[in-house]
Amino acid sequence: MIQFPGQHSAHAPAGPQAQLLDRLGDLLYLISAVVFVLVVVALLAAIFRRRGEGESPEEPARERRMAMAVAVAAGATAATLVTVLLLSFGTGRQLAATPSPEALQVRVTGRQWWWEVEYRDSVANRWATTANEIHVPVGRPVVFELRGGDVIHSFWVPNLGVKRDMIPGQETSIWFQADTPGVYRGQCAEFCGHQHAKMAFLVVVEPPGQFTAWLERQRDTARTPTDSLGRRGQEVFLSSSCVMCHAVAGTPAGSRVGPDLTHLAARRTIGAGTLPNTRGHLAGWIVDPQQIKPGVRMPPNALDPQDLQALLAYLATLR
Amino acid sequence: MSSASPDARSLGIALLVLAAGLGCERETRRFRELPPTATADTSLRLSPLQPGPPVRQVRLKSAYEGNAYAVSEGKRWFSQFNCVGCHGHGGGAMGPPLMDDEWIYGSDPENIFATIVQGRPNGMPAFGGKIVTGQVWQLVAYIRAMSGLLRKDVAPGRDDALYGAPQEQATQKQRPLESSRPPQSEQP
Repeated sequence: MIQFPGQHSAHAPAGPQAQLLDRLGDLLYLISAVVFVLVVVALLAAIFRRRGEGESPEEPARERRMAMAVAVAAGATAATLVTVLLLSFGTGRQLAATPSPEALQVRVTGRQWWWEVEYRDSVANRWATTANEIHVPVGRPVVFELRGGDVIHSFWVPNLGVKRDMIPGQETSIWFQADTPGVYRGQCAEFCGHQHAKMAFLVVVEPPGQFTAWLERQRDTARTPTDSLGRRGQEVFLSSSCVMCHAVAGTPAGSRVGPDLTHLAARRTIGAGTLPNTRGHLAGWIVDPQQIKPGVRMPPNALDPQDLQALLAYLATLR
Repeated sequence: MSSASPDARSLGIALLVLAAGLGCERETRRFRELPPTATADTSLRLSPLQPGPPVRQVRLKSAYEGNAYAVSEGKRWFSQFNCVGCHGHGGGAMGPPLMDDEWIYGSDPENIFATIVQGRPNGMPAFGGKIVTGQVWQLVAYIRAMSGLLRKDVAPGRDDALYGAPQEQATQKQRPLESSRPPQSEQP
């Protein structure tokens, strides 16, 4: 059994919005439970306290009592529903509040079946592109610009209480603030094709200093490897089918069909949360991704074993 | 009125529905299918002469000609690998159009395979080693769909973007011109 990083539960809120939603959920559950018990008790009472022999059904005094009971029950039901409506409205209002202007902007594009993540900047050469792993600072609002790259996907991080559809040709946005550092798992929540289930990502919430250091590293281009095996691996990368789809900043590989690999080795998973990012998993993935994630856009690559080893050594340098 | 009893009639209807259900077949998507083992060397010969007794050339079968999924994948690669950069969406631009009946280097699957893998003079890059063989064959199938050479139920019936060109499914079959047959020696 492979141990995956990341918590994945809507009942363990890690931010104020998730907290609000969780509280509303608990309250609705409690109200429903009380209503359920009352209804069952009333039903049982009606069954066991039935009319006696010879009792006349048309007795005006009892008739009035019963009408009163029904009116009180209807009133209580209406009051409960209005209360629930107001609670839900209040929570929705708090969730929809505009975030502060100094919020971090992250652009996420859903593609079959992975997530492209971009941190844009007013200076274009400081843009950072990564995939399937979103780092955010703790305690600062983060606004996500969500786009659909091919079909409709849905961006969902249960622990942070956000879920919104990503629609091709229409930008949507959502924001959250994370107050508890940790690694949280997100998942596509709109059926999007063959590998919808294996379309996950991680949200890494870390202290601001650590986040800034991470972002600076992501903005860097990849360094040319210094050892001969790594250099050979880079040659393999640039002269084989990898370059048709993947980009490594600082090399001629610049295609944006598949995930950007500039800092691949720094990511925790491969294949959009399909496998932990280890040398062995990566080797299996490169040689035959269709075995691991059937239907994924990456084709099987029949590489020479020595070339594969060199390529793995090169990919390990992409930190 | 027919003489069949209600029982026999409902049995007949049930059998008909069963037969129709059995007749439905979902096309298989073979993700790990081994592509035809063609390389630029085996797909076609440039000379009819050969040492020793002549060996009959076996025609390669393009595995994806009848598979709608593979053709739609080919369509995707056609955009993503930037074939559209020169050929447009079939209408041609810097490169020759691909939706007409004129083929400079042949219209057979083997010819198109060799054109992609080997490259051609005056601008067509050689993609050999850069696009894996299976994907080249998917591209080959799609390129033939562009001029209506594939079956209508296999050719893509829908575009993901506004291209202006008719969908491949609605394209009239463009029978390759006799004058655009490649020289005898390049025929598979």
